[in-house]
Amino acid sequence: MLKAKREAPPSAGRGGIKKELPEHFKDYRHVWVFIELERGEVHPVSFELLGEGRKLADKLGIQLAGIVLGPPGDATQHAVAEAFAYGADLVYLVEAPLLADYRNEPFTKAMTDLVNAHKPEILLLGATTLGRDLAGSVATTLLTGLTADCTELDVDVDGSLAATRPTFGGSLLCTIYTLNYRPQMATVRPRVMAMPPRTDKPVGHVIRHKLSMTEEEIITKVLGFNLDRQSAKANLAYADIVVAGGLGLGSAENLQLVTNLARAIGAEYGCSRPLVQKGWMPADRQIGQTGKTIRPKLYIAAGISGAIQHRVGVEGADLIVAINTDPNAPIFDFAHLGIVTDAIRFLPALTEAFTRRLSPHSHDKLAS
Amino acid sequence: MHIVVCIKQVPDSAQIRVHPVTNTIMRQGVPTIINPYDLFALEEALRLRGAHGGEVTVLTMGPPMAEDALRKALTYGADRAVLLTDRCFAGSDTLATSFALSRAIVRIGETFGAPDIVFAGKQTIDGDTAQVGPGIAKRLGLLQFTYVAKIASIDLDAREITVKRRSEGGMQMLKSRLPCLITMLEGTNEIRRGSLDDALRAARSQIVKWSAAEAGIEDLTKCGLRGSPTVVKRVFAPTTRAEKATQIDMTDKTQHGVADELIAAIFTRQPALEHELAFDGGQ
Repeated sequence: MLKAKREAPPSAGRGGIKKELPEHFKDYRHVWVFIELERGEVHPVSFELLGEGRKLADKLGIQLAGIVLGPPGDATQHAVAEAFAYGADLVYLVEAPLLADYRNEPFTKAMTDLVNAHKPEILLLGATTLGRDLAGSVATTLLTGLTADCTELDVDVDGSLAATRPTFGGSLLCTIYTLNYRPQMATVRPRVMAMPPRTDKPVGHVIRHKLSMTEEEIITKVLGFNLDRQSAKANLAYADIVVAGGLGLGSAENLQLVTNLARAIGAEYGCSRPLVQKGWMPADRQIGQTGKTIRPKLYIAAGISGAIQHRVGVEGADLIVAINTDPNAPIFDFAHLGIVTDAIRFLPALTEAFTRRLSPHSHDKLAS
Repeated sequence: MHIVVCIKQVPDSAQIRVHPVTNTIMRQGVPTIINPYDLFALEEALRLRGAHGGEVTVLTMGPPMAEDALRKALTYGADRAVLLTDRCFAGSDTLATSFALSRAIVRIGETFGAPDIVFAGKQTIDGDTAQVGPGIAKRLGLLQFTYVAKIASIDLDAREITVKRRSEGGMQMLKSRLPCLITMLEGTNEIRRGSLDDALRAARSQIVKWSAAEAGIEDLTKCGLRGSPTVVKRVFAPTTRAEKATQIDMTDKTQHGVADELIAAIFTRQPALEHELAFDGGQ
């Protein structure tokens, strides 16, 4: 497919990558970020996107808008205020009781109506279950391009959005353009972009828009919502310390060595993709492009070779420690500290050493 | 009931290699498989057929060799397989793909009966976009349920369906109407071992093959490269960091000695961690 694209003859319409934006798209302006509000909480990925959106808007000399869709009430007003605090110049707000729970029909309607009325140049959404459900519907309704799971967003010399994402299961990266359609849409997974600083910027210009839909027109009804148990698994993406195991651990039983270390230092634990495929760990523990992206202060990878699909999920970590028997494993290309040894033997030693060092007793001794 | 399951033939990603010099994908000899996420959709469809009766049609768009994936789906027990194949689909992005598949589903409906449910996998392992399912739903005006963990009930007479759908912080219970499009969450079921009868039938079965024209697609500007708003401008290998990991030497040291050395190195680089760990860790 990629090859076919490269060899496209000029007669294919876009001359490969020539930009000829149709007249009716030329007044599309400004960068929009969807502020994902679900069950009263703004998903942090929305703020990460405001940080990226700010950079794009500044480069293009245009404005950054937050898009808030929600029910009337404090939670929605809070989302509006937070959008400004994280950098939005203005907010488009659709407030309606039938936006209380996420449903594809009213959210798609609200978003596409907003786009058609106010014409953004770029529209960014978080690649969450909600954002992906919505983005696909909105892009198809608008018949525009959508690039999923971007790891880098930039604008090129002629002002087009250059959206870079892993391809072929994460073995290569590709840069994708939406040349002749607007808005240019992209999704970004949580934690892929850094959290921008929060400021005390007051609430600014809010443009309200009505939802032209009634509850009777919506076929899907929400019967209930079962909150996930407050297990630690939901916190992996936002954990400060993460320990993960890979195929180098040799067996499902040896994953205990990872969880033991994690418990000793108050870390979250995860694994690389092959372990999920083998059924050694549940899918919500997978770290990498198709699993969770993490940005911890410390990441310890044990027996993980470091394929690109894994690498793009952990590169945001402040400090990466790799333990692997193979000195040529790609993980040593992006880890900061490396140890060429068998993780099965080393992990217990490391757990013990951490425990010794961190016990209050020995800590006092060290401090004195 | 009639169920259509959209599948995709993908390279077995575990065996993809990148050419070290040219940075191109070395596809030669890489075996293909049915996109693993699609198997959860197929199994769910087969279970529904078991409970409610009816037929399961599998559909794919791809080159002629995608027939292998369809034949494999037949061995699991699908009743019929449709291959949408035409050079004009080459270079399709997700928007163009959802257009072509949605036209083929309309033609399947006209030929074999209107589907009650269209299934797709959550995403593919080669593209990972999760966009084609929602795209098909929108094009066909079907109600859309992505990341479905469980189909709680189906009432064919009342045309009602209730599903449990994964959301960020929990599970949504939704009640809606047929026909609809569902993308199944992974791990929700396990693909059955096909029976010997199914294997024999799959080997003998005639795969329905449609060109764009045969699928009723007249507007070729919506297909392939021309119908794709997105353009891949550049494919490249990620740059490596200038400096490699600082290796902690193991020579003549015990595992415990190296562990202490590693911890010291961690705290040297991240001094704040030691303080945080002393209070939060070691519970």
